[in-house]
Amino acid sequence: MYGVIIALIPAIIVSLVYFGVGSAVVLSTSVASCVFFEWAISKYILKVNPSLSDGSAIVTGLLLAMNLPSNLPVWIILIGALVAIGIGKMTFGGLGNNPFNPALVGRCFLLVSFPVQMTVWPVAGQLTSYLDAQTGATPLALMKHAIKAGDPSILQQLPSATQMLLGTNPNLGLGSIGEVCAAALILGLIYMLWKKIITWHIPITIIATVFVFSGLLHLANPVYADPLSVILSGGLMLGAIFMATDYVTSPMTYKGQIIYGVAIGFLTVVIRDWGSYPEGMSFAILIMNAFTPLINHYVKPRRYGEQLNS
Amino acid sequence: MKLHTFKIGGVHPLEYKITAESPVQKAELPEKAIFPLNQHIGALAKPVVKKGDQVKVGSLLAEAGGFVSAPIYSSVSGTVVEIGKSIDATGYLQPSIIVQVEGDEWDPGIDRSEQLEKLSDHPEYTAEVIASRIRKAGVTGMGGASFPTTVKLSPPPGTKAECIILNGVECEPYITSDYRLMMEHPDELLVGLDLLMKAAKVEKGYIGIEENKPEAIRLLTEKTAGDPRVEIVPLAMKYPQGGEKQLVDAVINRQIPAPPALPVHVGAIVQNVGTAVAVYQAVMKNRPLIERLVTVSGKRITHPGNFQVRLGTPFSQLIKACGGLPDGDNKVLAGGPMMGKAVVSLDVPVCKGTNAVTVLSGSDARRKTPQPCIRCGKCVSACPMGLEPYLLATLSAFKQYDRLEAEEVTSCISCGSCQYTCPAHRPILDNILQGKSVVMGKIKARSKAKKPATKTTGPSSVIS
Repeated sequence: MYGVIIALIPAIIVSLVYFGVGSAVVLSTSVASCVFFEWAISKYILKVNPSLSDGSAIVTGLLLAMNLPSNLPVWIILIGALVAIGIGKMTFGGLGNNPFNPALVGRCFLLVSFPVQMTVWPVAGQLTSYLDAQTGATPLALMKHAIKAGDPSILQQLPSATQMLLGTNPNLGLGSIGEVCAAALILGLIYMLWKKIITWHIPITIIATVFVFSGLLHLANPVYADPLSVILSGGLMLGAIFMATDYVTSPMTYKGQIIYGVAIGFLTVVIRDWGSYPEGMSFAILIMNAFTPLINHYVKPRRYGEQLNS
Repeated sequence: MKLHTFKIGGVHPLEYKITAESPVQKAELPEKAIFPLNQHIGALAKPVVKKGDQVKVGSLLAEAGGFVSAPIYSSVSGTVVEIGKSIDATGYLQPSIIVQVEGDEWDPGIDRSEQLEKLSDHPEYTAEVIASRIRKAGVTGMGGASFPTTVKLSPPPGTKAECIILNGVECEPYITSDYRLMMEHPDELLVGLDLLMKAAKVEKGYIGIEENKPEAIRLLTEKTAGDPRVEIVPLAMKYPQGGEKQLVDAVINRQIPAPPALPVHVGAIVQNVGTAVAVYQAVMKNRPLIERLVTVSGKRITHPGNFQVRLGTPFSQLIKACGGLPDGDNKVLAGGPMMGKAVVSLDVPVCKGTNAVTVLSGSDARRKTPQPCIRCGKCVSACPMGLEPYLLATLSAFKQYDRLEAEEVTSCISCGSCQYTCPAHRPILDNILQGKSVVMGKIKARSKAKKPATKTTGPSSVIS
């Protein structure tokens, strides 16, 4: 778990540079409240020894914050943390038993409960503002707008791929705290692959599927954004690298992980392009979390002796 | 050069081959030698001596109790003082013969000279003669499983052996007895391989050795340079490469079908390098299996070493010879740290399959507190049989035996890679073994109900 925290450090630093005090408030509130709720629920409701030392509550808190806008009021963050830890994790018996990614449960609960606060995104560079930050449309909103209006020229307002990679979108809302800089997230991916915390199967299949599927759509009709912009925008990198790879809620076998990754990538594009929300990553992951037990049941590793012989 | 290895799973434990460069020393004779009658796979040996009998080194104590069984010879001279029970490495009391040691008088039929006998000088040794001598000498697999060697040499109908694979992998941490054997007895080993090849009527022999033993690879490659039939196969380091199924995969790139299939179903007969030397002794020197090499090691043992030990010698004596147990907590294992069994008493004797006595001290002796399983899947990627250890462990814990059988628990080779790799320190293998033994019992009961004829079981897995 602590390896995941280390892998998140580049993205955390970038968020502090871009959002300043807002990011600091959201991150610290989310982590502190997740740890508190885990401790309180273990001790007073489940009446078991709180096991905070595994770091899983910290990871949940960080990932929840990464999925929130930097100008979200503290009371909404507290509700998100309570839902993430309380409903997403402890109801099922705590670490290792939850079918859904707790941070995403909290995030999606907030998204459907507070759709206004959850979908306004501060523009960069307001280091001292928190609730009063100026907001703007995100690249994803532009993409959705282009599809709805059937007007590919709207896509010309999109920042360049380099700008999206580094998170320097001019005059646009940047998105959730953790999704502003794809480069920082990719750095985290490289670290986790190097330390063998995760394998390539889930993140790469998600990103590749989204790239191929949205690329085909782009070729068929230019109102769909180009695939490079699609994979660099929104929560795709954050979801593919940090959310979908959660051990507890993803399949055990490499084969299963590839099925899971392809399905998440496919669902993400479907929700982004034709759903009512501009971003589909969280929903896609939660939907596939539900399929994980089924995948584990039917997709077995290659047994010794199965592949017979030259 | 690309090194061969097995294809599925595996882990890389630290080696701790502390005793690799310690030449083999002769262990002192014990005061009392203990011979459990079930120190091989298969039927119990039947005692042919009674209390008060005088025996010599090499006297028959017990004869084979069936086809899958092996006779037991006395490794000491003295008086049979008891035919009773003694604790062995499994922790249970086992029927045993106990001999009070007096002097060291050898059976005159045993050739104790160091003179190397070659198979080419003995055309009278046909396949049948070799096999019957191996059987008579009580030779069993020396890697740890103690499966009677001749049973492996007589393949079941419908199968045909194509090669002998000698196992010089020694992938368990700490253990160096096979390495010392390869370094100190290469000629006997190669004649032993010749004998095994002749007995099995095959024209190809391989010796698989992991690359952490370059001297052994070099020495044996030199010695076999003129013999096109024998090939030394250097293998990339990975545990459990010494597992029979993994070794066959690594060396000849074939995988054995699920049990009850044997390696010979894909043309291979696997024998430990120690077995080859025991075969040489049995056939050429008329010497039954009465001694073996044992590594006694541990990070805090003061004088670890490799010993030539008379069977029946209690562990306590070997540990004493190495400077005794370190202060504090110790766990004494029969075998290495991956597959060895913790013994309940130091009176446990060295048996035919005891390749090492490993002493884990201090924090190594203690289990870490298990944490919840977070389904990270590390055990699944580590399992060399392509099983799902987390699932098997859970099913065993919840006594879901039918499902456990469907998930192929019987393919588990007990290598412990899952438990080794588990970041939550869960007792995965312990749980699986409990469930597996119940499932094996159920399968046995079923096949008994179907046909009353007893069926021979295949060799249980072992990794040396």
